[in-house]
Amino acid sequence: MFCDDGLSQHFQIQGGDFSRAGRVSTTIKEILQEVGIDPAIIRRAAIASYEAEMNVVMYAQKADLTLKLTPEEITIRIEDQGPGIKNIDQAMQEGFSTATDQMREMGFGAGMGLPNINRNADVFWIGSIRGKGTVLIITFLLKKGGKA
Amino acid sequence: MTLKQIQEILDAEIICGEDSLDMEITAAGGSDLMSDVLAFGQPGILLMTGLTNTQSVRTADIVDAKAILYVRGKKPDKGGLELAREKGIPILSTKHMMFMACGLLFRAGLPGVGGLQDE
Repeated sequence: MFCDDGLSQHFQIQGGDFSRAGRVSTTIKEILQEVGIDPAIIRRAAIASYEAEMNVVMYAQKADLTLKLTPEEITIRIEDQGPGIKNIDQAMQEGFSTATDQMREMGFGAGMGLPNINRNADVFWIGSIRGKGTVLIITFLLKKGGKA
Repeated sequence: MTLKQIQEILDAEIICGEDSLDMEITAAGGSDLMSDVLAFGQPGILLMTGLTNTQSVRTADIVDAKAILYVRGKKPDKGGLELAREKGIPILSTKHMMFMACGLLFRAGLPGVGGLQDE
């Protein structure tokens, strides 16, 4: 789990598996707590990770999530195999959603996911190819320059 | 306000976390939409909800909510209860509906998470 320049850990997220949805984010939170990261940063990272994980469970077939931790930053990279996002600008607007009734019954699918990831991240990158999938790179700065 | 006071005000049943009734709660937030809780939730709140699936407990854990209150007599599903026990999150259940439960706690002096939605 530890490499020369910090910590790196991989996780797999299964699309459609609502019963296990969120477990990866809970584990990430526990890892960051063990390492002794500032609780306010852990909270932002856990929220962003959970939103991203729910998006995979709701929309994609599966995804690889990589958590990287260095003395400078936490990076969460999620690469999914899924339908991709038709219009990223639209998906980044609060309230825009293509969720089904089942997703809404789970308490999600209100069109808050990507905007909330963006709000919590220090740096947020998103790229998507229709019919292939979506990649999110979410970064949290551990030193000066990060959100309070 | 302690969890014990909240339990008394709402005549609530303790589902788990009997040992944590002296826990101090300084604010509460109510929603059935976990997306909103992830956006507005603040650390240390009492999460009031009618959503009883595992995600309600997981969301509480992710936003560092201290405790969960289910309204309208609802109780967590099996996965949610297991997760709450694992994470040490106390759960109460009241027969009051959401608006009444919020109103009774607010009248007794428990504030909301505060602030207005940004434009």
